[in-house]
Amino acid sequence: MRHMKLNPRKAMAIALLGAAWLVHPTGAAWAQTPAAATFSPPDEAAMPTGPFGEAVKLGENIFRNTPKYAPQFTGNTLSCDNCHMNGGRLANSSPMWAAYVAYPAYRAKNKKVNTFGQRLQGCFRFSENGKAPPLDSKVMVALESYSFWLSTNAPTGAKMAGRGYPKLAKPAAAPSYQRGQVVYAQNCSLCHGANGAGAAAHGAVVFPAVWGKDSYNWGAGMSAINNAADFIHANMPLGLAGTLSTQQAWDVAAYIDSQDRPQDPRFSGSVAATRAKFHNNAFSLYGTAVNGHVLGAAAQ
Amino acid sequence: MNRILCGLVIALIAGLGWPQRSVAAPPQASQCAACHGANGMGNQAAGFPALAGLPAPYLRAQLDAFKSKERANATMAGMAAPLTGAEMAALSDYYAALPVAPAPLPPAPPTGPGAALAQRGDWQAGVADGIPSCDSCHGAGGLGVGTQFPRLAGQPAVYLAAQLNGWRDGTRKTGPMGLMAAVARRLTPAQITAVTAYYAALPANPANGAKP
Repeated sequence: MRHMKLNPRKAMAIALLGAAWLVHPTGAAWAQTPAAATFSPPDEAAMPTGPFGEAVKLGENIFRNTPKYAPQFTGNTLSCDNCHMNGGRLANSSPMWAAYVAYPAYRAKNKKVNTFGQRLQGCFRFSENGKAPPLDSKVMVALESYSFWLSTNAPTGAKMAGRGYPKLAKPAAAPSYQRGQVVYAQNCSLCHGANGAGAAAHGAVVFPAVWGKDSYNWGAGMSAINNAADFIHANMPLGLAGTLSTQQAWDVAAYIDSQDRPQDPRFSGSVAATRAKFHNNAFSLYGTAVNGHVLGAAAQ
Repeated sequence: MNRILCGLVIALIAGLGWPQRSVAAPPQASQCAACHGANGMGNQAAGFPALAGLPAPYLRAQLDAFKSKERANATMAGMAAPLTGAEMAALSDYYAALPVAPAPLPPAPPTGPGAALAQRGDWQAGVADGIPSCDSCHGAGGLGVGTQFPRLAGQPAVYLAAQLNGWRDGTRKTGPMGLMAAVARRLTPAQITAVTAYYAALPANPANGAKP
């Protein structure tokens, strides 16, 4: 890493990050032990046939390969499956069967009651860095059909065990870019690349971009260090999940979310104002300086 | 100029393809050819793997590992022992540059437990102990990704199974981050049989650019 001077912005970033470990912004208890998931989505072989089955199958295809099956709404190389693993089936990997039954719900992010479809629109706008599919579009109908089918016999409105990512315990030390850089080089760069760009082979994306122009944008949930740490600790490295310590997960999340990525689509013309309105918390480094570069300032 | 273009077009139509970036055969290649074939495509019946078109850094790492016995194989240890670093590099470059003949995809996409494991993995044991799909690192159709995730498509099932069992029993220690050892230890014998048969049946270079 380049040696850098501690400028005021950098100092602010460090102070913000340091302060985070005093109070969790949601007030949630740290280190909840995830309850064992008891729900099982239906087997692939049980997928219905007929017109509804076709919609479910298209939804699964979109989910597992979003750039191929929903290119008109996708602005990067990511697929839903990258963050909701095994086609949205896997407990503790934000499974769709737990999300589907949790909507409609109020979301602080847009201060509105959101339907499930509106929640999916958010994924396309932020995580996919694309455009929100209209609620009556074929893409949206297919994704809702697939999620509905995965949720067969799940109780509406229930807080399903295995929902989201398990909340990771507070780290012993404030997350460190420098330590995270080492964790990344040893555990992540094999697949995601030293430059975070991921990898493609034979015309298809294999490893998703974790920063840069082909990754999620600054409005995505994963651009917040706490969300990334939760996901990483539970799910990464693929095949070796659970091998990173709590501290390593926080450190590498801080490193990844200290890199630049596409602009927040809610950008108001000023990074400072956008930070104040949408990123005014210790878990987002948007609008702070890292290595002398203000994150979000370079339009990507 | 037009004549050159015409010549190229005719060559393409004739199935000769674009001129391959060729590397002269190092003298030791004749020994390799006895098992891996003059074209480097291996021997399905005997279980000798194809080397043609595999990434040079991967091939080089294997020669180093045979020599150091990190990858235990008596025959290959004997072959690698006398090779210098420069000779290993030359052999690796040579085989990496050998063309892989195009072959058609199976008429119908393979189904069954091997295909399911290769394409979807097996997550019944949960997020920490599940088996990621092979394709999620080796690419769709097992065609390989970058320099660290070699092609599986078209490799002999016997060879692929021996590798998975080698990681399970510790006779193959190589590979980045211990990933393959961790994954292989979660596989049942039945899964190994199914998934190696699946990849052995896939073309190493699908014809007409068809994607699996």
